Amino acid sequence: MLENKVALVTGASRGIGRAIARQFAEEGASVAINYNRSEKEAETTLQEVRAAGANGITVRADISKKSEVEEMVRTVVREFGRIDILVNNAGVHFPVDFFETTEEMWNQTIDINLKGTFLCSREVAPLMLKLNEGRIINISSNSAMYHPSAMKFPDYVASKAGINGLTKALALRLGPAITVNAICPGAIVTEMTSFRNSAANDALKNETPLKRLGDPKDVADAAVFLASDMAGFITGELMLVTGGRGMHQ
Amino acid sequence: MHGRLAGKKAIVTGAGKGIGAGIARKFVENGADVLVNYNSSGSKAEELVKSLNDLGSGKAFAFKADVSSVQEIKSMVQAALDEFGRIDILVNNAGMITRKNFVSLTEEEYDYLMTVNVKGPFFCCQEVVPLMLKQGKGSIINISSISGLAHPSSLTFPDYVASKAAVIGMTRSLAVNFGPQIRVNTVAPGAIDTDMLQLEESQLKRIAEEAFLKRRGTPEDIANACVFLASDEADFITGEILTVSGGRGMR
Repeated sequence: MLENKVALVTGASRGIGRAIARQFAEEGASVAINYNRSEKEAETTLQEVRAAGANGITVRADISKKSEVEEMVRTVVREFGRIDILVNNAGVHFPVDFFETTEEMWNQTIDINLKGTFLCSREVAPLMLKLNEGRIINISSNSAMYHPSAMKFPDYVASKAGINGLTKALALRLGPAITVNAICPGAIVTEMTSFRNSAANDALKNETPLKRLGDPKDVADAAVFLASDMAGFITGELMLVTGGRGMHQ
Repeated sequence: MHGRLAGKKAIVTGAGKGIGAGIARKFVENGADVLVNYNSSGSKAEELVKSLNDLGSGKAFAFKADVSSVQEIKSMVQAALDEFGRIDILVNNAGMITRKNFVSLTEEEYDYLMTVNVKGPFFCCQEVVPLMLKQGKGSIINISSISGLAHPSSLTFPDYVASKAAVIGMTRSLAVNFGPQIRVNTVAPGAIDTDMLQLEESQLKRIAEEAFLKRRGTPEDIANACVFLASDEADFITGEILTVSGGRGMR
């Protein structure tokens, strides 16, 4: 479904980002795998991309820094000539109580989750406009849909709600050439959520109509759909992938 | 994209033309066998079925049933069971619009619209849910509209809006009630180029302009969303409203 497309996936060294990179590769895309500190893990993602028969590179950048984003995009264009799909997936999460959240944690959460999405979109969009075609997919969260049991961490919720707003404003600003959508995952089993114990996970499953936690592949499949020609009339959409836990208001 | 629904058995209501026909076509192209339900578009439905069976992919057959009749719904579901042995996917697409002025809408016109647009999907689901529960798996897709949401320029007709908002609520409740076996989702189309979109040229132009993607939709746009939601790739998605409108009516 993504033959001959070039995709840049931020934060693709593990978790949801890795699953998206792998699924894109399975569908025929060339994939640029961004990472910040996890070089070895990013190399593993690259191996998976290549094992799927696709082209790939890893590219290091702290996406909260404009100059590094610029350099990253230059590198991708140098390698592949273009960017058709941008997945703003890189994100951080400090699962501590509101009163334990330091200024540093807040800054990082907002800078990586929200500012990073802004910076990458702004750097890549002109390339897509030149081609008169493009897809931007932001990885948000069902936290930003205000489902009670997903609202524990105000800084994280704020960053993801910000991504939702950015998604909609960019859908307006960048149409008709570029579609901009967000995926709001629910409880997905990744390293980022390993702070939850099995009792907490069971509670989440009970709240979920589909009675299970999500797999990164669930999110990746939704990303493939949004990136493909099948979703050419969908923009400004926040797609919940939550097993029914937390629905659109 | 081939075979994403390979081996699945589907009912698509109101599939003689328009969005329903588009859904039936994409389903068959993706390997599903489809009961093409129609009420008045008999010859169109038969033509469609013939062309679908020529694709060499899934199989299709036409079945007449007015979804405003619970009895005819039961016959339709039985026919699908008789032909397919099971039902994996139900798409409640049959729907109507009156475009009548609110103040002069008659009780009869109101009742018929509500029956087709809300009661029909309700009882189609009621017939199919026990089967899907027994099978252990199923996917239901209800076709609502951006009129069921809150965008000002699609709120013109209170009867239509009420019916489409009702479908969204019903979908949420069914999703909560019948997971994990059954996934139930809504597709909310924007303005789609079909017979139902009876507007003047200037209105059609304005509608296209309102969309961020600067066009009106096609049945294929909606059909693609239905293929995704019906497929295993969406098996962590339920109770969701997928808006397919080119950004018009964005919430």
